Amino acid sequence: MSKKSFRQAINEALRQEMRRDPTVVLMGEDVAGGQGGSSGVKDAWGGVLGVTKGLLTEFGESRVLDTPISEASYIGAAAGAAATGLRPVAELMFVDFVGCCLDQIMNQAAKFRYMFGGKARTPLVIRAMYGAGFNAAAQHSQALYPLFTHIPGLKVVVPSSPYEAKGLLIEAIRDDDPVIFLENKVMYDDEEEVPDEAYTIPFGEANLTREGNDVTIVAIGRMVGMANEAADRLAKQGISCTVLDPRTTFPLDEQTILECVEDTGRLVIVDESSPRCNMACDISALVAEQAFGALKAPIRRVVPPHTPVPFSTPLEKLYMPNADKIELRSNPS
Amino acid sequence: MTHALTALTMPKFGLAMTEGKLASWTVSVGDTVREGDEVADIETSKITSGYESPASGVLRKQVAQAGETLPVGALLGVVADAEASDAEIEAFIASFKADTEEEGGEDADAASAEPRLVTAGEYTLNVRDAGRRDGVPLLLIHGFGGDLTNWMLNQDVLARHHRVITFDLPGHGASSKDVGDGSVTILAEAVSELLKALNVPRAHIMGHSLGGAIALALLRDYPDTVASLTLIAPAGLGREVNAQGLHDMVEADRTRDMQNALQALVYDKSLVGRKMADNVLKVRRLDGARDALRAIEAACFGNGQQSFDLRPVLDAARIPVTLFWGEEDEILPVTGAKNTPDFVVKHLLPQVGHMPQLEKTAELNRLVEAFLEKSQVAA
Repeated sequence: MSKKSFRQAINEALRQEMRRDPTVVLMGEDVAGGQGGSSGVKDAWGGVLGVTKGLLTEFGESRVLDTPISEASYIGAAAGAAATGLRPVAELMFVDFVGCCLDQIMNQAAKFRYMFGGKARTPLVIRAMYGAGFNAAAQHSQALYPLFTHIPGLKVVVPSSPYEAKGLLIEAIRDDDPVIFLENKVMYDDEEEVPDEAYTIPFGEANLTREGNDVTIVAIGRMVGMANEAADRLAKQGISCTVLDPRTTFPLDEQTILECVEDTGRLVIVDESSPRCNMACDISALVAEQAFGALKAPIRRVVPPHTPVPFSTPLEKLYMPNADKIELRSNPS
Repeated sequence: MTHALTALTMPKFGLAMTEGKLASWTVSVGDTVREGDEVADIETSKITSGYESPASGVLRKQVAQAGETLPVGALLGVVADAEASDAEIEAFIASFKADTEEEGGEDADAASAEPRLVTAGEYTLNVRDAGRRDGVPLLLIHGFGGDLTNWMLNQDVLARHHRVITFDLPGHGASSKDVGDGSVTILAEAVSELLKALNVPRAHIMGHSLGGAIALALLRDYPDTVASLTLIAPAGLGREVNAQGLHDMVEADRTRDMQNALQALVYDKSLVGRKMADNVLKVRRLDGARDALRAIEAACFGNGQQSFDLRPVLDAARIPVTLFWGEEDEILPVTGAKNTPDFVVKHLLPQVGHMPQLEKTAELNRLVEAFLEKSQVAA
């Protein structure tokens, strides 16, 4: 075991699954990178942020496919390949580009199992970057996991650390249903201990990164680290927090969320996606319906304002949830 | 005149511990303590455990207060003779603080032993080797479904006077996952390969549960390698076993289920928190880990009972042997300790489950040290 970055963890998961299973193939814009360019160097980039670097060299052009800039065509091709025997991992680069291929995801891949009477399986993974904080402006900064969570037939994974990313991606590749795997672009250089061996983390089980008695903070993806920081600060003030990382927004571990709220009586939800119809709303409704009696105080949400992500650095900072905001909202007094 | 002054410092429970919380003092300033008495409860992210005074005397000063989180090696308090003056105590504290700032605070010995992978025959084993280099080493063999962290409260304490080696059995922890037919015989062979790889011709062997059976099989098959045996709730001394409990410990895949399964290991159920269950699950979820455990389970505990009888090996042993067993063991019943030969030094522990090394750490460490001292003389 050694320290690995979020980027390395994902690369290692892809590499180990491609070694284990010859039906695992990659496709996407620039997943090889440099191919077809004027440099003559293949595998120069390994994707825009270097996540798939080295995979072309090891597995060749028949398994690492650089595609044209046409999301509709290669996401559709990946869905078809999944339905006919491969396990494609298609990279959508920025999740914001989903508008170009939503039919292929929402109406095709997500529906195959249901439209074909349970006889079809679609072991497709779509990886994409999400999230603000990278100064990438409104068209490259959204956190669209609520949009996918809304579509029956999809599983949606939002890993919060390198260890989580590797285990959840291997689980996603081995899963027989379409999985949307969202990577926060600000986290690629985050590091932690990650086993060298392949391992899986099951979907639908929340992870408690802190255990406390006073407040439950549910946080998603990159927000988990901020919630941990806020919880550690509050612990010094005598307020002990549970921090709950759902890992997957569908399936959602409702049971553990409800149990934690029963234990603490207070709920704060941290979600960096736009505030209307996001996970904070969904989880609030769950708790209001099923654990209302346990609540000692109103549910609080730490979410951005309902506006496109600003390009201006100070405004983007203001827009984002952070540890200060979580600390303030999680203090019961 | 000067008096004996001893620093109480934040202990290191296990590899990952860098800091701990002083949950509470269990003695007050002015109380007389003996070496080995528990004086405080220390809480880490994984476990809460008693901290033993390293010396006898009077607790003169509590430098740290309950609730404080401090790095490993930080000063908690001072034990000294009743006659030592307050000025001496204050000077001691000042010089301790100055020293640790220079050294960076951490206990050099405990921190130096990082686990490493060792090739032993066909196996790759994760090994942690700690303590002095001279003398006959002590090798600790964990039980079914465990790993070297099962000894986190024992290894560094025992390593103050001995070289103490812990490792992950094949199929466990970070070791390779091939376990052959999964039998005790094969696992004992792997242990003998490890001793060879480490150039250890002979060792004191301490085995827990299935590790106890492996220790007995090692004595049977490689008698020259075993200097003495310390058996903790060992398998192999009876037919009865909580096979369902062991099965659950292999198959549980949710934190809550694993927590429930692990609680069968201890008498005080509060010792098993979610973190401990999460840590076990991390190991279970490695590719090949569950299949390896299933192979061992089938070979050793198939049909709901233990498939081997190592009592004749114990009866025929001509080396020092000591036996620990918790009276409330829910995995291997304490009846296994009945009718053992007279030369076996037996310790039956009330209100203790299957893991005395976790539940009665201080007592077990002390008794094992005393046993080893006698065995050294005998050897």
